[in-house]
Amino acid sequence: MTQDPLSSIIATEAQMLEGGWELIVGLEVHVELATKTKLFSGSPNRFGDEPNTNIDPVTLGLPGALPVLNKQAVELAMRIGIALNCSIQPCIFHRKNYFYPDMPKAYQISQYDIPLNIDGFLVLPSGTRVGVERAHLEEDTGKSTHVGGATGRIHGSDYSLIDFNRAGVPLVEIVSRPDIRTSEHAKEYVAELRAILEVIGASDAKMEEGSMRVDANVSVHKPGTLFGTRCEIKNVNSIRALGRAIDYEARRQIDVLDSGGTIRQETRHWDDAEGRTHTLRVKEDADDYRYFPEPDLVPLAPSAEWVQAVRDNLPMLPAARRTALSALTGYDTQSEAVIVVVERGQHDYVQAVVDAGGDAVRALIYVQQGFADAGPVPAVPAADLAKLTVLERDVKLSATQAKTVLAELVEHGGGDAAAIAAAKGFEAMDTSAVEAMVDEAIAADPGAWAKYMAGDEKASGAIVGRVMKASQGKADGKIVTAIMQSRRG
Amino acid sequence: MSPSGTPISAADVAKVARLARLDIDEASVVHFTEQLAKVMGHFSDIDALDLSGVGPMTQPFPLVNVLREDVEQPCLDTDEVLDAAPSSDQRRFRVPPIIGLDD
Amino acid sequence: MAAIPTTASGIAAAVASKQITAREVIDSYLAQITARESDIHAFNLVTADAARAHADAIDADIAAGRPIGPLAGVPIAIKDNLCTHGIETTCSSKILEGWKPPYDATVVSRLRDAGAIMVGKTNLDEFAMGSSTENSAFGPTRNPLDTSRVPGGSSGGSAAAVAAGFAPVSLGSDTGGSIRQPAALCGVVGVKPTYGLVSRYGLCAYASSLDQIGPFATTVADAALITEAIAGHDAMDSTSIPQPAPALVASVSQGVAGMRIGRVTDLPAGAEPEVIARLDEAFAALEAAGATIVDVTLPSLSYALTAYYLIAPAEASSNLARYDGVRYGLRVNAVDTNSMYGATRAAGFGDEVKRRIMLGTYALSAGYYDAYYGKALKVRRLIAEDFERAYTQVDVILTPTSPVVAFPFGDKVDDPMAMYLCDIYTIPTNLAGHPAMSVPFGTGAHGMPVGIQVLAPALGEAPMFRVGGALENAAGGVK
Repeated sequence: MTQDPLSSIIATEAQMLEGGWELIVGLEVHVELATKTKLFSGSPNRFGDEPNTNIDPVTLGLPGALPVLNKQAVELAMRIGIALNCSIQPCIFHRKNYFYPDMPKAYQISQYDIPLNIDGFLVLPSGTRVGVERAHLEEDTGKSTHVGGATGRIHGSDYSLIDFNRAGVPLVEIVSRPDIRTSEHAKEYVAELRAILEVIGASDAKMEEGSMRVDANVSVHKPGTLFGTRCEIKNVNSIRALGRAIDYEARRQIDVLDSGGTIRQETRHWDDAEGRTHTLRVKEDADDYRYFPEPDLVPLAPSAEWVQAVRDNLPMLPAARRTALSALTGYDTQSEAVIVVVERGQHDYVQAVVDAGGDAVRALIYVQQGFADAGPVPAVPAADLAKLTVLERDVKLSATQAKTVLAELVEHGGGDAAAIAAAKGFEAMDTSAVEAMVDEAIAADPGAWAKYMAGDEKASGAIVGRVMKASQGKADGKIVTAIMQSRRG
Repeated sequence: MSPSGTPISAADVAKVARLARLDIDEASVVHFTEQLAKVMGHFSDIDALDLSGVGPMTQPFPLVNVLREDVEQPCLDTDEVLDAAPSSDQRRFRVPPIIGLDD
Repeated sequence: MAAIPTTASGIAAAVASKQITAREVIDSYLAQITARESDIHAFNLVTADAARAHADAIDADIAAGRPIGPLAGVPIAIKDNLCTHGIETTCSSKILEGWKPPYDATVVSRLRDAGAIMVGKTNLDEFAMGSSTENSAFGPTRNPLDTSRVPGGSSGGSAAAVAAGFAPVSLGSDTGGSIRQPAALCGVVGVKPTYGLVSRYGLCAYASSLDQIGPFATTVADAALITEAIAGHDAMDSTSIPQPAPALVASVSQGVAGMRIGRVTDLPAGAEPEVIARLDEAFAALEAAGATIVDVTLPSLSYALTAYYLIAPAEASSNLARYDGVRYGLRVNAVDTNSMYGATRAAGFGDEVKRRIMLGTYALSAGYYDAYYGKALKVRRLIAEDFERAYTQVDVILTPTSPVVAFPFGDKVDDPMAMYLCDIYTIPTNLAGHPAMSVPFGTGAHGMPVGIQVLAPALGEAPMFRVGGALENAAGGVK
């Protein structure tokens, strides 16, 4: 990751850390692509199979094996590039040479100075723009299991076992520019990226399962001065952990600097249980990967037609979905309801409820509040939910009653809202019946009514309470208030 | 003299041997340094060439966009592969403790 | 029983026409191996039982009237850096000793499909690094024409096998001359096809951008026949040229009338006088056969050796990193994995392999890439452009294959640079990616054979074989 010498995007005062320090974060995100086969060979890209079953000569780095690039992996990488506003360019592959037992050939085929996707950006829901330096293709490693010793960690283990099923799985590494100034924005960036990757079908992007891995480059400096020495934080396995790790690391670096120390460029390991980072290894000149162009592969130069076809077939991205949902409901694109519903991929469902005659605002709120775990396509038929929104809108049900019916719909995966309401005894209150109840309440508490008439709004509570009690909660509070206002003139 | 201006030193040889994971003793370092210095001495002939404006040639035959369809192919037999391994355990390749390596 | 033909084409014809059986052919060649192999050591492994079984199966097919391949019954020796499923493939290295690949190289399966019968895996300089086959971990191969001399290398076993009559044809690999130079030193025909014409899938890589598989044969026509059988697109090799195999056998007898043959006026010096004399006679013979001799210059040719000895070791240092004692081959046990790597690779590789790995690692390492590897890639382009210019004037170019005839054992083992200079005329073609072949053409010092090299532009195999055929005809009249 290149770091400009000076911060171009300066944190707002509110974002600035105490003591006038500014946090600088860049993120390197690895995502496993959702292909059927490996990046350079035909063995399956499948998680959870018996060890060392998804192997072929290329995967195992056998003598004589040669890589052949997977077209679908290129296509998915291009989708990522386009979604992140990158330029797609003719590119080549390089070998990154290093020894590690889960790296079969002792080199990783990756992209170096001429990657597929360059110079993009991502606008976060909050409006912050984060530059994307590059998004390149590379192959994954196998998996090591450390046996013996204390806790399955490398250190103190008796031996290690290697499964090469994951070796050669296609990855795209997305490298942000160091444009992130708060841990909240880092979390937002990853959440938005994950939503994009899911929407475009490039990856299932599960941090907990390792199909999306986030490393954070963290440094601090005083605005107007050179960037500080950065540390790379690894082993961040959730968005929440990312925020905690960045906050911890920033605090640690500031403490070191404030006490006159210096930051060492190193890789640090986030320990989620302890809530701290510790040194994994110090970066040295010994990191000599001897990159050179991979002679077993030829250049990749996607044609303009291919790029256009990928662009044309890209589904609507989260930002556009938020705009559409905002237009549909009148809610702001940055409102929590819009952000959450799009993040869950439920915007199409909200649209379907509206298409089925439902009320847009109520549909959005119901989906936000009642469908947190329902996934992009909730089991409740859109038409069923639409009926509920109409019942509430037309004051056939109170908000409280509607919530109860919604819970029933969710529990049973749908149903006739009106029938459920009827079964619960939520028969609609006739306005004239409510008017009679209001009159009865006024008669029963003339003192409160007098105060209300004199302009004491608080006094209305007594009257409303009487109506609610008389109606056993079936009367709509808003209707009651409206009737009282009309009586006051 | 080499194109970089300095002949390869024993320290260079010891370093590349480490990078290449070749255990060699001090006597061998001296021996290899002599031989490599002699070979690399011949490389100075290209110093005289004007290579400005010459692009690197990484491949002899100009091909581009060689791609395969994303279709599964048969896998190797796990037993056959593990039988050929120096050490295996629980259907996996077994190696000594991974220390002295990064990460 | 009819006499066993000495050529692959003769054997294929005799077997197909039931004049002889495949089994008779195999038994005859195996008998020759039994008689002389202990003197020559052409093979790391003779697959006699499998060869007899394969021959019997072919004979059964013929008896039953089932279709057979165009090379049915032809014995062939395979260089031991080509993967053969279930059959030991060692690259003549201790690090792979005993390794049985779980798959076949594309060329091996193509030859089997064509009906050719493998008789064994031939010796080589370890990982194809060398010019004398003295770098084999399993002992050197001796030149069948004078067993005190080397057969050349790295495909010395494959060249010697054909020269000794152990097989009419064999396969080698050529990275900087490893087919052509031993062919010259053993007095047989050797062909390095255009880079990408023959799939490298299953060839244990030495230098990926230079390696190419090709045949040895006793005749130019047989070399063309085997090239046809192994050439053609392979989807398993990204650098494989997407074209079907060319027809080449017919070219051999077409003659050279009207062809333009290049003579390099600035050829690097160093060839023995007898070698230069044979080259002059070759030009004269081709001119007499109707060709025109045209002087060309290849000013960058003298830099080829430097470019090669930076590029090939650099690629090799990466290609050979996979021999790490984890998945296959040798492991020397140690307390941790990193120590295991160092101990395994120190014990498993010979000195020449270590030299090239270190040289290549150095050329790629931080701070040196631009001065060495990066620069070598540019020199490579200069050399390719030199050839391109020359081929606007001529159809093929003639040079010696090797500056020297077969030399005695031990002559150059302690002087790597002297050994590297053996490939001074063969290396440029590999850098350019062009085809070239060596045709025996008389003898030089000590009565040892001299090879003339025919160079042609990319995919110029047809004109190359025309000239090769003409040289073969003319060679009969040369001392």
